[in-house]
Amino acid sequence: MTTATARTAARPGRSASKPSKNARSRERALAWARRAPLLPALIFLIIVTQLPFVVTLIISFLNWNSLRPDQTGFAGVQNYVTVLTDPDLRQAIFTTIILTVSVVLASLVIGLGLALLLDKKFIGRGLARTLLIAPFLVVPVAAALIWKHALLNPTYGLINGVLTWVWSLFSRDTPPQPDLLSQAPLMAVIVSLVWQWTPFMMLILLAGLQSRPMDTVEAAQMDGATPWAIFRHLTLPHLRQYLELGGLLGAIYIVQNFDAVFTLTSGGLGTANLPYAIYQTFYFANEYGLASAAGVVVVIGTIIVATFALRTVFSLFKKEAAR
Amino acid sequence: MSTLTPAAPQSTPPGPTALTTGSRRRGVGWFGSGKSRMDPTRNNTAAGIAAWLLALLFATPVLWMILTSFHSETDAATNPPSVAANLTLDAYREFFGASSGVSPWPPMINSATASILSTVLVLVLAIPAAYALSIKPVKKWTDVMFFFLSTKMMPVVAAILPLYLFAKTTGALDNIWFLILMYTSMNLPIAVWMMRSFLAEVPEEMLEAAQIDGAGLLLTLRKIVAPVAMPGIAATALICFIFSWNELLLARVLTGVVAGTAPVFLTGFVSSQGLFLAKVCAAAVVISLPVLFAGFAAQDKLVQGLSLGAVK
Repeated sequence: MTTATARTAARPGRSASKPSKNARSRERALAWARRAPLLPALIFLIIVTQLPFVVTLIISFLNWNSLRPDQTGFAGVQNYVTVLTDPDLRQAIFTTIILTVSVVLASLVIGLGLALLLDKKFIGRGLARTLLIAPFLVVPVAAALIWKHALLNPTYGLINGVLTWVWSLFSRDTPPQPDLLSQAPLMAVIVSLVWQWTPFMMLILLAGLQSRPMDTVEAAQMDGATPWAIFRHLTLPHLRQYLELGGLLGAIYIVQNFDAVFTLTSGGLGTANLPYAIYQTFYFANEYGLASAAGVVVVIGTIIVATFALRTVFSLFKKEAAR
Repeated sequence: MSTLTPAAPQSTPPGPTALTTGSRRRGVGWFGSGKSRMDPTRNNTAAGIAAWLLALLFATPVLWMILTSFHSETDAATNPPSVAANLTLDAYREFFGASSGVSPWPPMINSATASILSTVLVLVLAIPAAYALSIKPVKKWTDVMFFFLSTKMMPVVAAILPLYLFAKTTGALDNIWFLILMYTSMNLPIAVWMMRSFLAEVPEEMLEAAQIDGAGLLLTLRKIVAPVAMPGIAATALICFIFSWNELLLARVLTGVVAGTAPVFLTGFVSSQGLFLAKVCAAAVVISLPVLFAGFAAQDKLVQGLSLGAVK
């Protein structure tokens, strides 16, 4: 993706104008001494992450199904055409977009509300915060299993159980018993992911709130600004880069989500996102070329998101560099 | 456990009101009149109640998972829920293979091996790299940082087929060492970003002073850099451990019978029906415990690491 940056890192220092040969070679040795500690990590990452992607790129132009090895050959852009026209794979693209956008937005909004609450002092704030972080710390597969079996199950799940209990309080014996997993499976995936990602957003926004300079807020209060005005004109602008950072990092993680889709619905009923669809395409259908093309499509999508992400991170970075 | 009263989900949505009623912010009471000193208390009570209700709502699935894991299978699968049912360790006995014969220990040990060894490898690679990027910055160090970040942004699915084919042809499939290498590459970028931000906190004056005093590289690292960076190294290690422990896709594709990890083991419960609800919950609790402990211990560092060291 960004091999260009790697190249600049490996370029020998060329600041030497025209000193003696000795001094120049000493400077070069010094530059390499500085670079040396960096190289193992850099080389390792290039081999393990960039090389496979190059191979994916190559396979994406091949007609390759491992069950029919004799028919392997160059396919041109046929795999890409299939990815964009095959109803299932196109559905997977839409599902990925809907899933990512809705989870990121919902968890950002709820996370913002929670961060504003936790920014105030109250009794047991530390414990409340710890409780709130719990969803983010449960192993994702375990969390998805709990949602599937213990919460959303239509006959004995907690949610329908609570409905039965509440209805019984009013002596009603026909409580609504929705079956989210089969009636609105994508909603079930979204709900469980929002639950899991809201604490992440809350933590980032809380860090943002606590770095807010209080003197301007106090000055605004002395001048009689309403709380809403303070939130709108002071807090929100300050939080903007934290909102962006949380949203973009969340998007990068959620675009790649596999665990929740795999566990909750196994990709059924229009819930297969691209990672799950790709997993099925190569793992079960053995369509290597097609899976690779879909993988490249995910990368293109991620690059679009990542371009914005890098810009945001860069603005934070500049601040730090200027300290 | 009485906090599990199922009424919690129906309680007030405190969001917007809480945003606007906080008329006195933290710390303002100090120099106000007696009235303004009282205001924060009152408003904070409202915010506190709202925060607590929401915290309980968010924690309910986790608390319910823990409670159910201590119920018998018949008490676990009831409608309405049996909150006050007798507690028992049956589900844990069942999970650890008292009667079923399928032991969760090999996958747990695989997960521990993969997580711990890949974390050690990450630190070995990331600490020198972070040193080169912060204390003695190489030229174009921001470009290098962004290269690291960009590898993290590439979805795993975009590289998994070549990795799978490579493992299959070289016989590395279902081999824990290959998974360890994959986890190392997965966590290395985050670790470099975190470590750089921690090493950047070492005061420059101290480094200069050490240089003037003639301290060598190793002495400087040990006496000046290490004390400042140690908490950061610990936090980085914790986060790498959590990510490796949680990972499913790579483990599912690259391992199988021998090297399967705990999350892969958990996927065996995906289609199990109500008869095993307590056992499912016990499994989820046991496998989540290391991460829950690690995460609670490093709450603050967690967010810094997850946001790639960009948020202080």
